[in-house]
Order: sequence, then structure tokens, then C-alpha cells
Amino acid sequence: MKPGSLLRITGMIRKECLQVIRDPSSIAIAFFLPLLLLLIFGYGVSLDAKNVPIALVVEQPGAQALSFSGGFYQSPYFAPVPMLSIQEAETALRQSKVDGIVWLRANFDREYLNKESPPISVIVNGVDANTARLVEGYVQGIWFGWLEQEAERAGKKLRSPIQLEQRIWFNPQVRSTLFLVPGVLAVIMTLIGALLTALVIAREWERGTMEALLVTRISVIELLLGKLIPYFILGMGGLSLSLFMAKFLFHVPLRGSFWLLLATSALFLLVALGMGLFISTIVRSQFVAALVALVSTFLPAFILSGFIFDIQSMPLVIQGVTHLIAARYYVSILQTLFLVGDVWGVILPNSAALLAMAVIFLGLVYRKTRKNLE
Amino acid sequence: MGHRILALIIKEFLALFRDKKSRMAVIVPPILQLLIFGYAATFDLENAALAVFNEDPGAVSRALIGRFEGSVGFKLVGYLQSDTEIGPLIDRQDALLVLHIDRQCSAHLAVGESCPVQVIIDGRNSNTAMLALNYVRSIISDFNQEWAEQSLGAKLPAQLNIRAWFNPNLESRWFIVPGIIALLAMIVTLVVTALSVAREREAGTFDQLLVTPLHPWEILIGKAMPGLIVGVGEASLIILVTVFWFRIPLVGSLATLYPALIIYVLSIIGVGLMISSFSTTLQQALLGAFLFIVPAVILSGFSTPIANMPKFMQMLTYLDPMRYFLTIVRRVFLEGAGLEYFWYDLWPMTIIAVVTLSMATWLFRHRMY
Repeated sequence: MKPGSLLRITGMIRKECLQVIRDPSSIAIAFFLPLLLLLIFGYGVSLDAKNVPIALVVEQPGAQALSFSGGFYQSPYFAPVPMLSIQEAETALRQSKVDGIVWLRANFDREYLNKESPPISVIVNGVDANTARLVEGYVQGIWFGWLEQEAERAGKKLRSPIQLEQRIWFNPQVRSTLFLVPGVLAVIMTLIGALLTALVIAREWERGTMEALLVTRISVIELLLGKLIPYFILGMGGLSLSLFMAKFLFHVPLRGSFWLLLATSALFLLVALGMGLFISTIVRSQFVAALVALVSTFLPAFILSGFIFDIQSMPLVIQGVTHLIAARYYVSILQTLFLVGDVWGVILPNSAALLAMAVIFLGLVYRKTRKNLE
Repeated sequence: MGHRILALIIKEFLALFRDKKSRMAVIVPPILQLLIFGYAATFDLENAALAVFNEDPGAVSRALIGRFEGSVGFKLVGYLQSDTEIGPLIDRQDALLVLHIDRQCSAHLAVGESCPVQVIIDGRNSNTAMLALNYVRSIISDFNQEWAEQSLGAKLPAQLNIRAWFNPNLESRWFIVPGIIALLAMIVTLVVTALSVAREREAGTFDQLLVTPLHPWEILIGKAMPGLIVGVGEASLIILVTVFWFRIPLVGSLATLYPALIIYVLSIIGVGLMISSFSTTLQQALLGAFLFIVPAVILSGFSTPIANMPKFMQMLTYLDPMRYFLTIVRRVFLEGAGLEYFWYDLWPMTIIAVVTLSMATWLFRHRMY
């Protein structure tokens, strides 16, 4: 270290801190943003459909028809709406008042007793394909349950040949909060990192203060450290708040080690801050830096990180693209550390990728800044 | 007066597009993102890694495994020899799920008993776990049905015919890609508007604008026009890609879609300008934009249905303009629904637009610092 280096870095840090305090939006980014996002995500998002409104058209309420449709009233997945005619039900489906129709025709009971195997028509609204598929599965379940019950009543035995027993590991009750909270942490940290630093170097260029800095004895490394350290501390503060909320508000278990979580999070924060600094250094205008930060941070972290959409199901080319998204590695680490434990087979490769990205981003920032010094 | 506004509009466009970098940042990423997200965002399971631990020597288990091998949802990654292998395999994410078939399976079935089959799924990502479970259930349910018919030697006492309207093959891409139109139209519009006033405030030129003879509403029109043109223009480009590249059927008419799109973009412009005129620095505007975008996307029903949210969250969604347009764009595309179905989506969006645009106009003059 050159003489006076520490002094210059602390001076720089002090200056940044003063700037942060004077425009408190940075503090809001670090603390208010996680609070808001965790609350919304933590309670808001689930793919698990319950109480799906479904139209029940029983044209002639015979014994069999009623016993079949009774299954829908007992199921927690459906909120049946009795309707008189299929026309009425189809109109309701078109108006999105119901998500599906179950239609038992007038001759259902007669054909059933004559062993003619009458059809039960089910129409689902396929627009939301995922919910539609869930509804199909639930209807099949009710249908087979009813067949078994009727066979038993007739003194016959109809057992479903395969009895499925499901075990969802790590999250047996399938509480979506348990997977969302770790996932949203990655989104929050991405935003914090980009928001805090995307503008800080561009601002200096724009206001002409960069040139003032360049004529001082401060070196590029000292300058960057001075920019990085205050926001790193702010970001870790935001992270601590998020972890606190995850643990005490959402009761997400932390099965891995806390220190490993902290270390990998610090690593990810470095990548996120590095990305922000990189944007800032490249464009040199606050306006363009803000544009780039808006379009390039949230959506990729949300859609390509494996947080909501399964990466394995994406086409190979797109899977390749996800490797460019730092959040992808962090989501993987977080979900494993929170719900499974210290699985080194997952933690190590993902941390290595994060480390590489941190080095690349910060290295690029360093190079780009030095060029301008010459 | 007309030429005053025109001059302002021209100036706004220059401010946005004169710089090559900012031109690129507004135009290129949305198209790129549509292409990437259009393929990435799917709830259809493909090639999920499945391992099998089969203890049954009989034919039944082989037939069942064959079903899984034949499904596009799963990719068989290996056979296990003992149950101690299951734990590490799932922990390391080498398999998403393990199918465990009991030793007695075929024997049980031969005497009319049920065969227990256990499926163990990695629940780390509970969405994916539920998707996988759903696929497993549907494969087993088909298997059961055919087996039952075979062993009864007759048709089952009643048949179940399921049809899906509007999206017969239940492709989740048909659901999500139209959603991306709403998503990207929002981002682009917000990007153009949320920074425009804050930028001038920070540079000090907004004060100059305020002392010109321009009325606040004239400033509003000048500031809103780039958002409207860029937002609607970019959305049109995205709609073209959706129809001709992704081949999502556009059953409804553009005459239904465009009025809704324009109201939607106006409401986003209102929000953007409100954020912008409330901020005194670009940093604050950027924060404001994110504080709006992220909740708006989550609460809109883009990735998960609103019906699955808790009640109080559902109430919050009514404040979200994207919620309404998302419903409209999906239903126009797939169901071909006409404007008469959308009154209840259009008027709240209109109110949001009017309120936010008025607030922004008021803030132009009243937010001094």
C-alpha cells in the first residue's frame, strides 16, 4: 500500500457517506425496498390453486349424478356453482366467472344403471394452462374416488392399482413461502446492488467532479474501494434485515450454516454492486445508467434465475443464457442453504461462478476507469 | 399554442433519442427480452431428472416405468440400487424426483390389492415440485384407468371426457407470452417517463420550463407523448413477434386490444410521471420506478394467479393497472373476447390514468425543493 492510502480511502468513504445521508433514497433502497418486497412476495405468490370456481350442470338430479357431484362440494380444491343448463355454464365460462364446467346429461343415471358407461363432460378454461392442468388432476381424483366408492357399494372391488404416496422433501407441507422467501432475497439483493451503485460513478462524470477526483493523488483502486465499501455495508445492512424477516416473520428454517449464508451473500452483493458500478462506468450518464439498470436487472433476475420458472425445463440455448445471470447461482445457494443444509456439491460450484463474476465485473470497472485516467 | 407543445414534444424526443446509448437502451432490450423470456417462462415441465428405485421384479413396474420414459416431462437419469442413494442424489440436485416401486408391487396386483408407489420430490422449489407431482399424478391416473378397465374386462361404469377450451394442448407459453406484452409495455413506458422530469430537476432545467408560458397540462402532454408513442410502438412490435414468431393465436381483434393498450400505457405514463415529478434526483426516480414495477408485476397475476393470493393481497391488486391489461391481453389473444367483456377492467384503468396524470401535473408546480 502506498503511503497515505488509508487516509485517502477513508476520506473517499466519508464523502460517499455524506452523499448517502443527504439523499436518503439510498437508505430507503437498502432498508425499505427489502421490507416491501418481502412482504409482498412472502404472502402473495402461489401456484397452488384452491377453491377453483367450477360450474356444475346436473340436468337430472338422479342418485348417481348427485353422488358424483357431491364429491365436488367436499373437495377443498373446488367452489362448485350449481347451474341449470350447459348454455348458462358456457356463458359463465366465457365471462371468466368459472374456470371449468362439469356436465352430467339428463340420461346419466339411466345409462349408468344400464351399464352403458355414460360420459361425464368436463370443460376447463385452458387460458391459464397450469391451473387448468391442476384442475384436470383434481377432477380425475374425484372421479376415481367416486368409482371406487360406487364399486364398494355394489359389493365389488375396484382398487386403484397404483396407490401413490408422495413425499415432498425439505418442504413437506409445500408452503410456498419457504421457497419464495429465499428466492426473493436474490431479487432484492440484485436490485439493491444495482440501485445503489448504478449512478454513483456516472454522477461524478456528469457533474464534472470526476475530473476533480482524477487530479488528486487518489489511485483507481482507492477510488473504487471508496465507492464500494460504503454501499457494501449498506447492502449488508439490507441483507441482515431481510434475513431477520425471513427467520422471525416468515419462519423459514435455516438448515445450513449461518456464516456460510453470510459469506455467499457477501459474495453475491459484490457481484451486484460490481454490475452497478460497471453500468455506471460504461455509460457515464446518470440518465442512461438508470435506463440500463431499469431494463436489465429486475426482469432477468425474476424470470431467468430459476426462482419462479424451472431452468431445467427451458430450451438449452436459454439455459445457456441463464448462466450469465448472477441471481441464478445465488437462488440455488439460498434455496439449498435454507431448506436443505450445507450441501457442498451445490454451494461450491455456484460460489465459484459468483466469484468469477465478481472478479470479471470489478476487473472491467478497474480497467475502464484506468483508461480514462491516462 | 399548438406549436409550443409540438416544440416541447420534439425536445423530449431529442432528449431521449439523441444519445445513441439511450436509444439502444430503450429499444433493444425489450425485444431481446421478449425472445429470451418467451422461451424461458414456461410452466410446462420438460426433461425433469427422474431416478427410479425399482424393487419389483414383475411386469407391472416395467410397464409403469415405460410410461414415465415415454413422457416428455421426464428424463430418466438412472436406476438406483438401494434407498441410501436417494438422499445424496436429491440433495445435490442430480435428480428432481425419485420413483420408488415396492418389492411386492406385481404380487399385490395379482391378488387384487393395490401396489404402493412412492414418489420423492425435491421441494426446494415448491412450484416445480408441485408441477412434477401433478405430472406424476396424471401419468399414474391414466395407468390406473387403463389397468382397471383391463382387469374388469369391461368399460368403467362412467367415462370422464376432459376438454380444454381456448388452449387445447394446455401450453403454458400461450398464457405467458401474451403476459410478456403487458410486462414489457409497462417497463418501456415507465423507463421513458419515470426519469424524464427527475432528470430535468436534477439538471435544473425544469425550473426554466416552469417559467415559460407553458401551462402545466401542456408540459404534461409534452412529457407524456414520448411515453405514449414509444410504449404503444414497442408494444406493437412485441405483438407482431408474439403472433408471427411465437405463433400464439390472436383470436380476438386488434380493435379490442388497442383501446385497452392505449389506456394501459396512459395509466403507466401517469404513474411514471408522478414518480418522476415527485423525485428531485435520478436516484430517487430510479428507486420509485422499482418500488412500483416489482409489486406491480407480482400482484398482476403474471406469474401466479391472483385467485391463489390471500384476500388482502387480492384487494391490493385492484390498484395495479397491469392486472387489468393482463386479463384483457390474455383473453383477447386466446378467447377472442370483445370489448363488451372488459368494461370492468377498462374503467378502473381509466381512473388510475386520470388520477395519476392529474397528480403528476399538480406535482410539476407544487413539488419544489
